Amino acid sequence: MPMKNLRLPTALLALTVTSWAIAEIQIAMQPVPQDKIDIRFVSKQMNVPVEGKFRKAKANVAFDPAKVEGSKAQLEIDLASIDLGLPEAETEVKRPAWFDTAKYPTATFVSSSVKPLAGGKYEVNGKLTIKGITHDVTAPVTVSPGPGGTNNIAGAFAIKRLDYKIGEGTWSDTDTVANEVEIKFKLSLPPGAKK
Amino acid sequence: MTSQTNNTRYTSTAISLHWLIAIAIFANLTLGFYVSDLPFSPQRIRLISYHKWMGVTIFLFAVIRVFWRLTHKPPSLPDTIPRWQQMASAAAHGFLYLLLVIVPLSGWLYSSAAGVPVMYFGIIRLPDLIGADKTLADNLKELHELLNFMLIAVVILHVLAALKHHFVDRDEILSRMLPFLKSRS
Repeated sequence: MPMKNLRLPTALLALTVTSWAIAEIQIAMQPVPQDKIDIRFVSKQMNVPVEGKFRKAKANVAFDPAKVEGSKAQLEIDLASIDLGLPEAETEVKRPAWFDTAKYPTATFVSSSVKPLAGGKYEVNGKLTIKGITHDVTAPVTVSPGPGGTNNIAGAFAIKRLDYKIGEGTWSDTDTVANEVEIKFKLSLPPGAKK
Repeated sequence: MTSQTNNTRYTSTAISLHWLIAIAIFANLTLGFYVSDLPFSPQRIRLISYHKWMGVTIFLFAVIRVFWRLTHKPPSLPDTIPRWQQMASAAAHGFLYLLLVIVPLSGWLYSSAAGVPVMYFGIIRLPDLIGADKTLADNLKELHELLNFMLIAVVILHVLAALKHHFVDRDEILSRMLPFLKSRS
């Protein structure tokens, strides 16, 4: 009887693994070196733009410059690696009211589609998860060839921090720290990251 | 460039600027010390902004005040005041004028070095005087604090001297800077 109950899950698992394998065959995912990932953000405090960045992130990208639309990207940001240039602020944003890094150490982005736009730009759609909350995000991205067969990817998009419960309680006052946060990213893809 | 024939009082412009700056400095010193002890919080971010706006305002008033002082001869000190006191007074006032300008300036430099631009009233973005530099920011913070302690010391001396002239010497020194008080003579 237990065997019978396992039949459907096993079939589903097999199907999932197969679909993964197909995806792998299409374009292989390749890791991007840590120092080739640049993730910054600009938040407004009392209308003053203040920039910060994340020192650590992992990225896996399947990218073919000949067929950018088929690209895929997965990003994992180590939230505790935040650099705000101010130690007391860095301590604060790791606390539960902000990122709650003890419970949610990473933010992830998984692309779902890449569409070509005019002027050599692309629109990347995907799901951004921070603090266990997932929302769809869209970012215009420029792709430009770098030295030695590398490819530079750069883009920016804005999120609303309260959509992800970033800065709760007294911090939810958006007159002091604005709700909108601009996220800017740059990746330099190694030459091998293609089909 | 004497602006008054009856040169026993400061001009009403000088008197207005003096008291405006005095009130603003008192308020901003209080705010500055209060904020420096606050934990990182929305309130702190808000109050630091107010502190900067007030500082910029003082800086503007101070520049006008110094310009006014250079173009309008102040009433001369009575001969009854000993020569050494007249020289000490001139030195103390020179130092006070200098601090009025460089205290806000040091705060502006500190803010620039800390990588936080000064946005006057949250609208007008002032240029960054220097690039972001953590070590420099820490040093400028110390300097801003030190200059403020100097300012407090000179202001205390200034107030005590004025009160001494008014209540001990019973002369005209304080009344020539007061907006409403009539001259004793």
